[in-house]
Amino acid sequence: MNPVTNGALKSKKTSKKPEYSRFTQQELPAWKPILTPGWVITSFLAIAFLFIPIGLVSLFASERVVEIVYRYDQDCVPEMYRGNVSAYIRNSLTNKTCIGNITVPKKMDPPIFVYYQLDNFYQNHRRYVKSRSDKQLRSAAYESSTKECEPEARFNKSGDPVPIVPCGLIAWSLFNDTYNLIKKDKVLNINKKGIAWKSDTKVKFGSNVYPKNFQSNDLIGGGKLNESIPLSKQEDLIVWMRTAALPTFRKLYGKINTSLEAHDTITVVLENNYNTYSFGGQKKLVLSTTSWIGGKNDFLGIAYLTVGGICLFMALNFILLYVFKPRPLGDPSYLSWNRKAVN
Amino acid sequence: MAKGITAKLLRSSLYTLTNIRTKPSYKKEAAATEELSGYPRVININQPAVPDDTQQPPIFCTNYVSTTKYTLFNFLPIALFEQFNRVANFYFLVAAGLTFTDYAPFDWPSQVVPLALVVGFSLAKELYEDLQRHWQDMTANCQKAAVHVKNGGFETKQWREVCVGDIVKVKKDEFFPADLLLLQSSYEDGMSYVETMNLDGETNLKVKRALQNLSLPAAVDDDKASHFSDFLATIRCENPNSNLYTFTGNLEYNGHIYPLDPAQLLLRDSKLRNTEFVYGVVVFTGNDTKVMQNTTQSPSKRSEIELQMDKIIYLLFGLLIFISIVSASGFGLAVRNTIRSWWYLVPEIPGEDFDINNFVASGLRHLVTALMLYGYLVPISLYVSIEAVKILQARFINNDLHLYDEVTGVPANARTSNLNEQLGQVDTILSDKTGTLTCNQMDFLKCSIAGCPYGKRPSEVELAAAKQMAAQDESSDGSLSDSSSLEAITVTDDGNINKKASSIKGFSFQDDRLEHTNWLKEPNSDVILLFFRILAVCHSAIPEISEKTGELTYEAESPDEGAFLVAAREFGFQFIKRTQNSVVVKERLKKDQEPVEKEYSILTLLDFTSKRKRMSVILRDESGQLLMFCKGADTIIFDRLASNGKTYLEATTKNLNDYGEAGLRTLALAYKKLEEKEYSDWHEKFHNAQISSGSNREELLEELSDEMERGLTLVGATAVEDKLQNGVPECIDRLALAGLKIWVLTGDKMETAINIGFSCSLLRQGMKQLCIVVSAEMLAEAAKDVVKENILSQITTSMQSIQNKKEPHAAFALIIDGKTLTYALEDDMKFKFLNLAVNCASVICCRVSPKQKALVVRLVKEGTGRTTLGIGDGANDVGMIKEADIGIGISGVEGMQAVMASDFSIAQFRFLERLLIVHGHWCYKRISKMICYFFYKNITLALTLFYFEAETGFSGQMHYDDWYMLLYNVFLTSCPVLALGVLEKDICAEFCLQFPALYQQGPKNLFFDWYRIIGWLANGVYASFVIYLVNIRIFSPESFRKEGQTADMYVIGTAMFTSIIWVVNVQIFLVSHYLTSVQLHTIWGSIVVWYLIVYIYGLMPVQWSAGNIYQQLPEVLGPAYKFYLSTVFVTILCNLPYLIHISYQRCYNPEDHHVLQEMKNMKKDVTDRKMWKREQVKATQETEIGLSARVDARMRMKGKTTRKYSSLAYSSS
Repeated sequence: MNPVTNGALKSKKTSKKPEYSRFTQQELPAWKPILTPGWVITSFLAIAFLFIPIGLVSLFASERVVEIVYRYDQDCVPEMYRGNVSAYIRNSLTNKTCIGNITVPKKMDPPIFVYYQLDNFYQNHRRYVKSRSDKQLRSAAYESSTKECEPEARFNKSGDPVPIVPCGLIAWSLFNDTYNLIKKDKVLNINKKGIAWKSDTKVKFGSNVYPKNFQSNDLIGGGKLNESIPLSKQEDLIVWMRTAALPTFRKLYGKINTSLEAHDTITVVLENNYNTYSFGGQKKLVLSTTSWIGGKNDFLGIAYLTVGGICLFMALNFILLYVFKPRPLGDPSYLSWNRKAVN
Repeated sequence: MAKGITAKLLRSSLYTLTNIRTKPSYKKEAAATEELSGYPRVININQPAVPDDTQQPPIFCTNYVSTTKYTLFNFLPIALFEQFNRVANFYFLVAAGLTFTDYAPFDWPSQVVPLALVVGFSLAKELYEDLQRHWQDMTANCQKAAVHVKNGGFETKQWREVCVGDIVKVKKDEFFPADLLLLQSSYEDGMSYVETMNLDGETNLKVKRALQNLSLPAAVDDDKASHFSDFLATIRCENPNSNLYTFTGNLEYNGHIYPLDPAQLLLRDSKLRNTEFVYGVVVFTGNDTKVMQNTTQSPSKRSEIELQMDKIIYLLFGLLIFISIVSASGFGLAVRNTIRSWWYLVPEIPGEDFDINNFVASGLRHLVTALMLYGYLVPISLYVSIEAVKILQARFINNDLHLYDEVTGVPANARTSNLNEQLGQVDTILSDKTGTLTCNQMDFLKCSIAGCPYGKRPSEVELAAAKQMAAQDESSDGSLSDSSSLEAITVTDDGNINKKASSIKGFSFQDDRLEHTNWLKEPNSDVILLFFRILAVCHSAIPEISEKTGELTYEAESPDEGAFLVAAREFGFQFIKRTQNSVVVKERLKKDQEPVEKEYSILTLLDFTSKRKRMSVILRDESGQLLMFCKGADTIIFDRLASNGKTYLEATTKNLNDYGEAGLRTLALAYKKLEEKEYSDWHEKFHNAQISSGSNREELLEELSDEMERGLTLVGATAVEDKLQNGVPECIDRLALAGLKIWVLTGDKMETAINIGFSCSLLRQGMKQLCIVVSAEMLAEAAKDVVKENILSQITTSMQSIQNKKEPHAAFALIIDGKTLTYALEDDMKFKFLNLAVNCASVICCRVSPKQKALVVRLVKEGTGRTTLGIGDGANDVGMIKEADIGIGISGVEGMQAVMASDFSIAQFRFLERLLIVHGHWCYKRISKMICYFFYKNITLALTLFYFEAETGFSGQMHYDDWYMLLYNVFLTSCPVLALGVLEKDICAEFCLQFPALYQQGPKNLFFDWYRIIGWLANGVYASFVIYLVNIRIFSPESFRKEGQTADMYVIGTAMFTSIIWVVNVQIFLVSHYLTSVQLHTIWGSIVVWYLIVYIYGLMPVQWSAGNIYQQLPEVLGPAYKFYLSTVFVTILCNLPYLIHISYQRCYNPEDHHVLQEMKNMKKDVTDRKMWKREQVKATQETEIGLSARVDARMRMKGKTTRKYSSLAYSSS
């Protein structure tokens, strides 16, 4: 072999040598945490000491929230219709007005939120969730974009199918019970503005989109809409259109900006329009204040306390084990070959 | 060294002298099948390119060789088909197709994009790998060959342009471009020598012989003009087949028909040696060549873990189908019973989703939807992630500087990345010998002359054992005993035993008593003289003068012989010339005198065969004395000694035993003086026998040789070291300590194999050798049943002796030869054989054919169900390499067949240790952790979908945005798990090597057993449950923030998804032990990226997105404290059981790597050396092979407590 090719070969050979880098040699510096008893105990204690206060504070916050739940679906059906509720609720001529009383258990500071709560209502059903046209809601230009809205997409206006605005089952089944609260003969003003998310009123519901042909089919679902008010202002619709995750859900109806004293009796004058009777759903009126965690919810606090407690217990457990049955770190007698020998 | 051929391996000039044995048996076969006109393949020599219009032109394939899997056109269809052959991928393909229908619970991108990414990645990988194969083919196809064009001129062409019928000229040390029919060689009689190492791994040269009587003009080495311009002949021969050793056909030339046999066939990929040039006609090209016919498409291998992973995937599919059926029946029932009253759905109008009048159809339709919805249970990106991880792992193997061989400049190469983790689960290693364990280089190391041992340099085995013993002593605080008389090692006075100081290849002898003519002063100098003479004369080699240096080298038929000649030269007996019937030796008989040339006329040469195990020459020296020199296996020679020739027998036997234990190959040398009369009588008979043509000629010759080779006088014995590759004994020892079983499968003869067994410490003194052998006579005479009966009884008795073993440390070694193995591998016996073999500490199979190697591997693989690893370097190992679960090729030496067939290639056997114990261990742990985690994270996600769906009346609604689902597997959770799979280490490389017992975690599959898998699946179920319930309960139904709003479906969805992201990322943090900045960044990065995605996606104009989460993070969730509280709580609660589990386990039931991690952390390896060493020694599997076992055995035998160490161990280490 002549020296030239030899040299070439040699350089070729050296180029095959892998280059050194800490990465390729798998020698990157690394954090190798070892779960020593110290770490174990510390972390369990840390979780405990973090969670127990959070749990207490949450429970306390939840305690401070005053919540009044008034179920009215049963009581608001007149005696005579109890046997045939659907005849009552479906008939537009029957008197739906219903009056009830609720008592304020504790002082409620404004803002007091008024909710309606429905039960066994599957707003999360796939057919229901799909049945809306975001485009149409957003802009008048997409008025006839109702493909997704079946079966409430078009109204057959004398042989000519015209688009319904807002189309779809969600809008069509709009909740339409109304509440009036009277405290000592004085009507409590329920503010129904500002209950929807800003992004909805500003962007997702167009200010130039007006209801059209709504509830004009033979089949009438829920509430009707004022055709002179653009969708972006119809906040009750907007709230309704955000479908709830579970069949039991609460939606914001309005806000009261006056405080209610303990033991106040409030008369509720409501229009019981909405049909939950055919599927056996309950209807409730809820008045609630909020704290930083929102509405009344003991679960959060209790959960935090429980887990905090478990961690505290585990920490104690490990401390005791450590004291009474310690395993020295790196004790070779725990290596499998040594243990085998012992056995 | 195949015997039939070895006999032929003699210089062309010697041919007439020793042409005792003629045509081998295949001649008969050829004659039997000789129907001259019946050969299907017709080749017209020298008119390759002439298309014959009148006849059907013979269509032969071109010499273009392609080993690629795909071609340009079939790549896409075949590769895609293979992709979708995977059940998971097929499922996703169907699901992706269905997303365009109304059945789909989500939009098409969330199903199609991940699938496209996954499949695209796999295709790219396939393409890349196939391109590499293509480039390799191209280099082979573009090699140059000299092809006859016209008028006798030769032109250089590329291999791929060579056609059938071409006349090709191949020069010395070139490879044959195709299967050639030898026409002429530079030797007058048409002999040529061929090295077939690439084909069968044998390094000795084979003789090929051109047709006699062809009466071609004398061959001239002239590329411009030769006599082939008008050479027209026709070859009729058999069709291409894969049998390397058969070939029949005939050649029609000048009106004569000459029969052809394999001796004329030069096979592609073998090499021309010791012959200036040959001319040959191309008979088979390209894929028709024997070597290509022998290469089968390597089966795609999959690792155990992947097979088990498939089972998990089936399990998940089962779960998927189960919950889909639950969901579908739930939906069906809802349609039948309740939905009727849900007026807000307008149930009277049948839609694509349901029809209240036909709840069964609705349920079935929903089944399709559900199957797609819960498809997230099956991780779509799992295969691709694993592939990506494995490619990176393979790169680590390729780039490991510890696996790089400085000498040859060859790094390790993971040729497939499929099997990385399988490296960590190997149970049995089946190794080739020559080229793998040994270098196939013999070193003359010691000798015993007149009963006196010479040669002070220790063999590698002795050295290694001494080192081992010293190390063991260091660690055993002196309680273990001595090794004062450590083997037979004697240390040279100055303690200088720099073993590799000697630069003479083949000669490592060191003993002043014999060197530099000092032997003249020895008491038995006349015997020593005779000894040297026998070395210099009794052989069949020829000297060759190197053109460059002018040095004499020897072309010998076996490397032993070469070593003897080198040794003789170094002792002053330089063999310089061989003529037709004489040998010339330059002898230095006085210290300061010029060497004198002495010519010995060789009268008869009785050559070496593996059956005879001896060779002799009868010669007349210058004084006219007739002598016979004989060398051969000690047992054979000892049987033939004259009663007065046994003077040194006892002492020599003792020396031979020592040499055997030291792993050396021994031969005994003897001579006898002959009377003229005695010889001439014998010679007459011998000559008559030689020229006779009776059928019993062979036997007659055998008898006569036997008669002559009796009454010998023993002179001495030689001990040659079959040089092991660097570090082989140590490596075998470490592997044995790691609990691996090592079998040696070699084509070599039994003695050699046993020798190597000793030198690799696979065998040792005190180990019972169970030889299962059937004598040649029996094979020849007895019926098959009888032979099998015999073998069976041998196996049974061997088995009994194992079962009845008395001492606890009794070890057994099984040695079996190829012929016997043929029977032992038959179906009715193989499991008995296997049972015996697995009960033996070491197994050595000798004289096995390539096919048998593969069969043995298959037997072990299927019989034991354990992982097998085949390692070899030659083409004869290809079958074994392909058959084994993991095939490893030794690269660096010539011949790439083994490497091409292998899954991994390394330059030296010793790298196997690191490859298995470090890389294998790591990859096993990484992949198993990774797969478990993968299933966990997908179950966690998918089951939350199921719970939610149950709450939507099983209608198939999702509470996550489509994009979350799309990003989850391919983006949000993929990086940390990739980082885990690539970088995780439970313990560092040094510890892996120091504590070989840790390797057993792999073969025992402690980290991917069903307990662990089910545990992880359960963890996933638990996590999904907690995530769902807690989030639902925290966010619903009351207001979730101070401003009084309630949460809608997508708010809860996002909150839940945030919890999932946190939970799975914290989980992987807890799983990791080795957190480099890469892992930390990917883990925290994933979490941060998640928030960024929600934020940025929420900012996107509603026209672009579905609008479900428009402004959600800044407006809705961001200001709500509950959002954060729920995340923190769920994250902790989901990981709490795992945390408690690992805390408890580590504190009270730690695994080995836990303790070692702690030791490392406390730097105990530095502060407490004594303990550290002690534990290292203990951290081994019980083994009966390897140096350590040898040392143990020796210790047991000694049982003394004196402590005296040879300084050897220290000075050499």
